[in-house]
Amino acid sequence: MNHLLRNGLAGAMLMATCAGFAMPAQAGTTIDGIRQRGETACGVSTGIGGFSIADSSGQWTGLTTDFCRAVSTAILGDAAKEKFVPLSPQQRFTALQSGEVDMLTTVATWTLTRDASLGLLYAGVYFYDGQGFLVPKSLDLKSALDLDGASICTATGTTSELNMADYFRANGKTFTPVVFESQQEARAAFFSGRCQAFSADMSYLSSVRASDAPNPDDWQILPEMISKEPLGPVVGRNDLDFFTVAKWTLMALVEAEERGVTSANVDEMKDSKDPGIQRLLGSSGDMGEKLGLDAAWAYRVIKRVGNYGEIFDRNVGPGTPLRMERNANALWTHGGLMYALPIR
Amino acid sequence: MNAAVSGLRYRLFGSISNSLLTVAMLAAFVMLLPPLLRWAFFDATWAAASPDACRANGGACWAFIHEKYRLILFGRYPYEEQWRPLLALALAVVLVLASCSLRFGWRMVLGGWLLGTAIILLLMRGGTLGLAPVPTDLWGGLPLTVLLAIGGIVCAFPLAVLLALGRRSRLPVVKSICVATIEMVRGVPLVSVLFMASFMIPLFLPGRLQVDALLRALAAITLFSAAYLAEAIRGGLQAVSPGQEQAAAALGLTYWQTSLLVVLPQALRHAIPAIANLFIGLFKDTSLVGIVGLTDLLLAAKQALADPQWRTFIVEGYVFVALIYAAFCFFISRYSRALERRLRNER
Repeated sequence: MNHLLRNGLAGAMLMATCAGFAMPAQAGTTIDGIRQRGETACGVSTGIGGFSIADSSGQWTGLTTDFCRAVSTAILGDAAKEKFVPLSPQQRFTALQSGEVDMLTTVATWTLTRDASLGLLYAGVYFYDGQGFLVPKSLDLKSALDLDGASICTATGTTSELNMADYFRANGKTFTPVVFESQQEARAAFFSGRCQAFSADMSYLSSVRASDAPNPDDWQILPEMISKEPLGPVVGRNDLDFFTVAKWTLMALVEAEERGVTSANVDEMKDSKDPGIQRLLGSSGDMGEKLGLDAAWAYRVIKRVGNYGEIFDRNVGPGTPLRMERNANALWTHGGLMYALPIR
Repeated sequence: MNAAVSGLRYRLFGSISNSLLTVAMLAAFVMLLPPLLRWAFFDATWAAASPDACRANGGACWAFIHEKYRLILFGRYPYEEQWRPLLALALAVVLVLASCSLRFGWRMVLGGWLLGTAIILLLMRGGTLGLAPVPTDLWGGLPLTVLLAIGGIVCAFPLAVLLALGRRSRLPVVKSICVATIEMVRGVPLVSVLFMASFMIPLFLPGRLQVDALLRALAAITLFSAAYLAEAIRGGLQAVSPGQEQAAAALGLTYWQTSLLVVLPQALRHAIPAIANLFIGLFKDTSLVGIVGLTDLLLAAKQALADPQWRTFIVEGYVFVALIYAAFCFFISRYSRALERRLRNER
């Protein structure tokens, strides 16, 4: 019996080792929780080049992860830390609802349904995307409507197929969808000649043309954008102060670009005579205080991640493998959609 | 020598159908092997800073592995600290090998495992002895896969034994609980158990009672493999003749003594092939945790492949991961065969 007791004890100890760690408790509101932990938890995509991806040394880089860093810095200041939680599309909203992450900085499209029915809020748009078509130049197409009757490769699990069906039906044309389980397969099939066109989000098509095409000049992206895919950060509804901070961090990034404040010149700009820049960087006014932050919140954000244009260029711009032009993501003064609401 | 040649001739060209098969296989080898070798070795690029060199050479791009192997093997574990998971992995392998060699008594093995587990957790988590703390959400790659597989099977084992014994019990309540557990868990796919553990449980639990995501996944895997393992062990129990039990009872042994000292040792011996089979399956099934956002070996490889610069080299990435999985599974199956042989001799 002694034997047995020892067996049982050992077993219990083994189970205890298996069950030895539990997560720290969650605090009341999101901002308090972030301050308490000294760390912002952001849900990111498991791996999308240029947006959120672990580099060779395991560090997260990308446009959406940089936005998380920006919000984290606005709240926590110089000691800001971020915890990136990779989430699949199926689990991302649940992870936010359950409080596992404070904010989603994924590539989730802002739609009415998501805004209204998930108990969540979109805090803005950090990337305007949309679905388009990549075709070989040899076909000599001028518009997506010339694709009447074509076979089009696309990946399942996204709205790509539905968007195409809507678009072609609305224009009275037909097409044959050739659907693959993943983008990799769809892409490979397209380049091996299985379809006349490849349909996906413009951001992805641009990188496919630049990095995967045998010769980028033989391929073109058609001008039509058949769907709107505005991507933005998502927060819970339980802390509207946090929602406001996320929203105005995005505004500050765009405002900084509008006013020519960059991570390189932000220290000089702090002494600028321009009242707008003074308000932005906290040299005058009490903008930070109104958000529940300190005066230099935007200064530190820009010091760390740069303005919106810098974030764009560093992660997805012409100098990166994605080689994207600003297009819809340019400032409104350059014909784009990026428009900062007045910080005053 | 002559005998060997005639033996070979008999085997390869013994009949018309054998000859045809031999010729067909040879033709297939001649056709497939040279291009494969050329791709994998002669035209391959072994190390290069950028993928352009790979495109120029045309063969396999092992430079991709060279660039990304730390990410694939260790996931997002902090770069400078990656000696810790490496050491933990080595320790786990040593522990497995030592306990598999059957050279040590169960006291030594159990003690070794308790100490080893503590050291492995200490290495991985840090926070004391000057080691920087590393939260579990940064654990990834091969150590995570091995941890989930070994943790899953080790934690599942006691549970499975109880379930198997309970299912044969004469007490109706115990029996029905065990049957219900086994059938319910076996009746759903592992993915749904993982989903339940990862997304639903946090919604049910109050805010301050959140359990670590890795632990939730481990619990799901444990529960799932316990149900299968219980059935494998029950198969072994059925192979033990009832005379053994009756003899033990005649000697005045209690139920637990009979079960633990007489029946189970024999039953487990019968169940070895089935258990090894399950473990191999479990080892590969751990790749499903990628769906719930844990960066196991396969998801780490996928993350490495998401890099737009390198993403054309899908085949190289998956071949690398497949070789690792194959090596582990090969070891498990060889070991289970050796164990069977040894235990057969001992009888």
